[in-house]
Amino acid sequence: MELIVSPWPWYVSGPLIAVTMFILLYLGKNFGISSNLRTMCTLCGAGKTASFFKFDWRGQSWNLMVALGAVIGGFVGSHYLGADQSPQLNPATVAQLESMGIHSAADDYVPTELYGMDALDDPKTLAMLIVGGILVGFGSRYAGGCTSGHSISGISNLQLPSLIATIGFFIGGIVMVHLIFPFLF
Amino acid sequence: MRQLLFLLVGIFFGILMFKSEAASWFRIYEMFNFQSFHMYGLMGSALVTGILLVQIIKRRQLKDIDHKAIHIPDKDKSLTKYVVGGVVFGLGWALAGACPGPIFVVIGAGYLPMLVVLGSALLGTWIYGLVRDKLPH
Repeated sequence: MELIVSPWPWYVSGPLIAVTMFILLYLGKNFGISSNLRTMCTLCGAGKTASFFKFDWRGQSWNLMVALGAVIGGFVGSHYLGADQSPQLNPATVAQLESMGIHSAADDYVPTELYGMDALDDPKTLAMLIVGGILVGFGSRYAGGCTSGHSISGISNLQLPSLIATIGFFIGGIVMVHLIFPFLF
Repeated sequence: MRQLLFLLVGIFFGILMFKSEAASWFRIYEMFNFQSFHMYGLMGSALVTGILLVQIIKRRQLKDIDHKAIHIPDKDKSLTKYVVGGVVFGLGWALAGACPGPIFVVIGAGYLPMLVVLGSALLGTWIYGLVRDKLPH
């Protein structure tokens, strides 16, 4: 139990991510979480506006179950599998965050400045979450997959396109953190 | 019954994302600053294991639960969509501090502003669907 409530080390978690992919393959499916966003658009009636959303969502109902499970897993992980689950960050990262005005690094799992209950009162924070979400949704569908479909499944299958997409993910992330964050924080 | 299995896989995945800290905005920020090995070790060991498992599937021609050959489709050959879409995704990944899996995980953990990110990600997906035919792929 002690091992489960401590943070899981990368050399345990990483292989388990691959095992998740393997279990889905054994169940006849391909690991890819962002496909759920398309399915959820279809469920909201987006099929009336674009042919991209006209498909039988029932073929993706298994994936919606995985997403629902992820919500439950997040609840279980945060409520029952440990107390004080703030990540042990590099002190240099913590100092950098402090200088950006983010002071919750040692207190919480995600920054309360962005994801705390009163974060949405600040229009700038709200705008950042909205823009972040739009970029994730648009980019994952344009690239044909996200971290699960490309960085894990695709590269595991030695797909060059997935490697290219993953390099793109990192270029985007590095640009955001190093070139755009200075204007935001 | 099968749907229940997928739910269980999702619960396992959600706990894994949470406990490995891959769903933490802080870890993503630290990763893009190259200040910790944690996320690189996580993805690297996932890939080493994943490549091995896929090779085993192919060489032993493993069958799935329904006794059908396991098939992993190749990705389409293209460059533009992977580069442009990838960079756009990366910008959002760093800003929101969550990729699609962790969006669901963090909502479950009770950080409700992540619902705004989910709603916006649906909006972004919808915008893609609307302009898809005009984009270079």
